[in-house]
Amino acid sequence: MNQNIPLTTPRKSSIFDDYTMSEIRRAAATGIYDIRGAGAKRKVPHFDDLLFLGASYSRYPLEGYRESCGTDVTLGSNDRVKNPIKIDIPITIAGMSFGSLSAQAKEALGRGASLAGTSTTTGDGGMTPEERGQSSKLVYQYLPSRYGMNPDDLRKADAIEIVVGQGAKPGGGGMLLGQKISDRVAEMRTLPKGVDQRSACRHPDWTGPDDCEIKIIELREITDWRVPIYIKVGATRPYYDVSLAVKSGADVIVLDGMQGGTAATQEVFIEHVGIPTLAAIRPAVQALQDLGVHRQVQLIVSGGIRNGADVAKAIALGADAVSIGVAALAALGDNDPALEEDYRALGSTSGAYDDWHLGQDPAGISTQDPILSSRLDPVAAGRRLANYLAVMTLEAQTIARACGKSHVHNLEPEDLVALSIEAAAMARLPLAGTDWIPGSSHF
Amino acid sequence: MPNFDLDNVTLRDVNSALHEVDMKATGDWTISNPRGTHALAAGVDAPLKITIDGSVGYYCAGMNKHAEITINGSAGVGLAENMMSGSVRVKGDASQSAGATAHGGLLVIEGNASARCGISLKGANIIVKGNVGHMSCFMAQAGNLVVLGDAGDALGDSLYEAKIFVRGKVKSLGADCIEKEMTLENAKLLQSLLDAAGIDDCKPEEFRRYGSARQLYNFKIDNVLAY
Repeated sequence: MNQNIPLTTPRKSSIFDDYTMSEIRRAAATGIYDIRGAGAKRKVPHFDDLLFLGASYSRYPLEGYRESCGTDVTLGSNDRVKNPIKIDIPITIAGMSFGSLSAQAKEALGRGASLAGTSTTTGDGGMTPEERGQSSKLVYQYLPSRYGMNPDDLRKADAIEIVVGQGAKPGGGGMLLGQKISDRVAEMRTLPKGVDQRSACRHPDWTGPDDCEIKIIELREITDWRVPIYIKVGATRPYYDVSLAVKSGADVIVLDGMQGGTAATQEVFIEHVGIPTLAAIRPAVQALQDLGVHRQVQLIVSGGIRNGADVAKAIALGADAVSIGVAALAALGDNDPALEEDYRALGSTSGAYDDWHLGQDPAGISTQDPILSSRLDPVAAGRRLANYLAVMTLEAQTIARACGKSHVHNLEPEDLVALSIEAAAMARLPLAGTDWIPGSSHF
Repeated sequence: MPNFDLDNVTLRDVNSALHEVDMKATGDWTISNPRGTHALAAGVDAPLKITIDGSVGYYCAGMNKHAEITINGSAGVGLAENMMSGSVRVKGDASQSAGATAHGGLLVIEGNASARCGISLKGANIIVKGNVGHMSCFMAQAGNLVVLGDAGDALGDSLYEAKIFVRGKVKSLGADCIEKEMTLENAKLLQSLLDAAGIDDCKPEEFRRYGSARQLYNFKIDNVLAY
């Protein structure tokens, strides 16, 4: 080599980056797609791309520590529901199954939600006594698999959530691999132990919104019209999906963006199907407004909610409440750096651990291993979750007061601007410093 | 003997009356003029004998527990869906997804059943005197489906541990569903199911048995074309 010729710096491809190359090698070695938990990790326009304007000379703020700012939400507030759900904060706990999570984790979610005055939700696998016992308000998911579904638990529920899809995998069914099918999980799901459980992606006894309308009547009849009925959809075509959910008779619609978590799904599904939460809210709200039912049929938004700013932004865009899953697990102790040695032993690192489907979670959350599960103290973990929910609520109130709002529901799109053209177009907000809303007005 | 005439009372009147009775309640109840009403006698939780004179809509006898329900007519989609116990008998035909996800009890369909009969079955017994449509027993986990007539395409697709007995022809089997030996134990089981349904004009040896090959229970790359 001629020492006098300058060398160019070795350059890696921006598209064949280290992760992509490692995935090609993994696929070539195994012949099977990558499966993992959690939600989309790629960078897409999100709530960080929005800013609140706050009060100034043209708006009047509320005193931060003196004037009240309401955070309560009523879900299912209409004439047909006898017992709507009344929660103290606009944050609920999303559906996560016993099976994907340990019994201790489910109990902790119930404890934390109850302390915070909000609801938690079952998942694909039925209702456990621990969860019902510790949850003052429990939403019972009605999924295509109908694992563990029975009228007794249905009548114990405070609401029923018909799951059409979820943000991590719109159009896909649940997945719980054999490693996590313990005796108890197998019994609850009527499956042989150790079998890979691949839930159906379609409901077995209805095939569209017209049929679902009759299904909702059946569920109301069985529960004597006591509890609200939710419909949960993954964010894909929110305007039409929300319109049809209203037509079917839903009291509450849960809209889950692509950042929404999952216990186990193909990586390609998580990262490439569905749209970002930010892009889904305005079309959904538009549908409710066009039908004249905004704030009458409530909208819960989920997928990447992390703090009170996200809560306030989702509500300002028109949601009635938000729901958290991945963030709630982090509050319980998932991906804690204190467990770094354990995560490294599993070939991962804290903050990146997502092999939730393998049942080896050192935090004792996404596992059925009795030794690992026992690591999680449900009382202490529940307390952490309650603290986290309190902080998120305080943060949302702080922003709402700064915008001059006496209730978080008084936040509105006019309180927001966008930092990027993409976010401005998706959230239908003006680019900061301009009155330009891409797609809606000309610059 | 309570008698509800749906020309004069509402669905809510009927179902709320059926829900108000407790487990000690017995007796014969009749419901007339259903005219395709949906969700009729859904969520009953008592050992009542209920006779419905006429055809019903979707989800009749949904999630039934303990009750013995007879329909003197035909039934719409999702008859006796998610039934837990008791029995449901329809004298006519049943539409799609009859007995879907049912955990227990006995469903007898004296006519034909449409597509997806016994889909995701979780332990109930279903006896169909006529034919069943395509994708019957799709992903069925436990329980038994007995078909005296023919079965449509993709019978038992992605089957788990449910057992299927067919006397007539099977148009095609679904993924991972195979014909299995009719053992003496299976024949006894089948006879008991025929007896429970009150069928005495056929014998177990006239049937073939189908079950899961259990090759799709855990993901194997060699089976990728079946997924």
